[in-house]
Amino acid sequence: MTAAAATPRPAAQRVAWRTAVVADIVPETPRARTLVLDLPGWPGHRAGQHVDVRLTAEDGYQAQRSYSIASAPEEARLALTVERLDDGEVSPYLTDELRVGDRLELRGPIGGYFVWHVAIGGPLLLVGGGSGIAPLMAMLRHRATAPGTAPTGAQRHIPARLLYSSRSWDEVIYRDELARLVADDPALEVAVTLTREQPEWWTGFRRRIDRMMLAEVAWPPAERPHVFVCGPTLLVEAVATALVALGHDPARVKTERFGPTGGAA
Amino acid sequence: MTAPFSRGFRGRPRSAAASGRLPPGQYETREFPVLSAGPTPRVALGAWDFTLRGPAGTTMRWTWDEFQALPHEPVTADIHCVTKWSKLGTVWEGVSLDTLLAESAVRGLAPAPYVLAGCDGGYTTNLPLADVTGGKAWVVVSYGGEPLAPEHGGPARLLVPHLYFWKSAKWIRRLHFQERDQPGFWESHGYHNYGDPWREQRYAGDE
Repeated sequence: MTAAAATPRPAAQRVAWRTAVVADIVPETPRARTLVLDLPGWPGHRAGQHVDVRLTAEDGYQAQRSYSIASAPEEARLALTVERLDDGEVSPYLTDELRVGDRLELRGPIGGYFVWHVAIGGPLLLVGGGSGIAPLMAMLRHRATAPGTAPTGAQRHIPARLLYSSRSWDEVIYRDELARLVADDPALEVAVTLTREQPEWWTGFRRRIDRMMLAEVAWPPAERPHVFVCGPTLLVEAVATALVALGHDPARVKTERFGPTGGAA
Repeated sequence: MTAPFSRGFRGRPRSAAASGRLPPGQYETREFPVLSAGPTPRVALGAWDFTLRGPAGTTMRWTWDEFQALPHEPVTADIHCVTKWSKLGTVWEGVSLDTLLAESAVRGLAPAPYVLAGCDGGYTTNLPLADVTGGKAWVVVSYGGEPLAPEHGGPARLLVPHLYFWKSAKWIRRLHFQERDQPGFWESHGYHNYGDPWREQRYAGDE
């Protein structure tokens, strides 16, 4: 992490609440849905940023939660991928109750640190667990669509690697899209580890992300990759600590944690 | 502006215990989530020190042992994270900023209207002096009766419970008193400069 710049900012504009309309709902896994939102007047975002979603009950009670934006800045609609937490207050509503055509209040984009843009360059190392892949997917989608990097020549893509931890094959979010992205792009590598259940044919990793796995998958520290880690706290804590132990500059390891202190994916 | 209803949303039963103690937009958690922007720094206690610096450059420094010899006090407080969770009745122990300033005054260190907290790992956050004096702020070294764990900011973190919890900087090492306000880390990345949870000052531009 770098020390903050001391440059005074111009008077900031309030991040206003907006009303989105649910345009589409895409089932991703048994527990995760992507909400595709129409949001007229959206000021745009950078890959990695999030929004606050606000629900209002009929008695006026309100609940807010943060969700990472999964869509690229270049896309016309905003996509949020929500994983259902069984004891959650907001996520079961978003995954089970919300219908196409419903309205959803949100404000954003929020967060100016866990962000990546092609101008920042690479190599890019993304490490995610569970629904923590959402902001990393925004980065990959942005990388794939950014003008000048695709599709004129694969060698012009910024080298990127994604290491993704999931409990099981069925719970790998964006599975088909990741396969398509990799097929079209020699500069992109995706490694998946399945920590609880593996299909019979599985030959990949089958344990939680550890130092040895990172040494195998990540670029050597000398390549100075830009690293983004997002997932449950235990995963993020373990990955960030292992990366630093491997010699990566802590200032280049950006983390985003979510959820309670519960188990890693 | 009145918010539109969310069709079919009821929310959790409102807890009587939490009512009146949860700022707007917050929910109560019994867990203790961890949030930070980078890897957890680890420092040996033998290499740890804590420094106050006045506007004229006068400094006051404590080693870990010296710091532990200062009078500690218990603090019980509700804490509110800008990511929406609040945790009620957390129990800490540490040294009041009032104590640190009183010790420093003997050495001729006078504070200034603004404070910039600096930490291992490069994190910074800014606060007005008025928000860290008068029994409002501590440098804490224990949580729930145990030494503060590294992921929660150990060995020592700032505790300023009346502001959003990003102001309670983890891994604190220094406080610089300054004549001018200087935005810290999150304050330079779109978050509110002051961060009062009761006024829901989450992001830059929130009133």
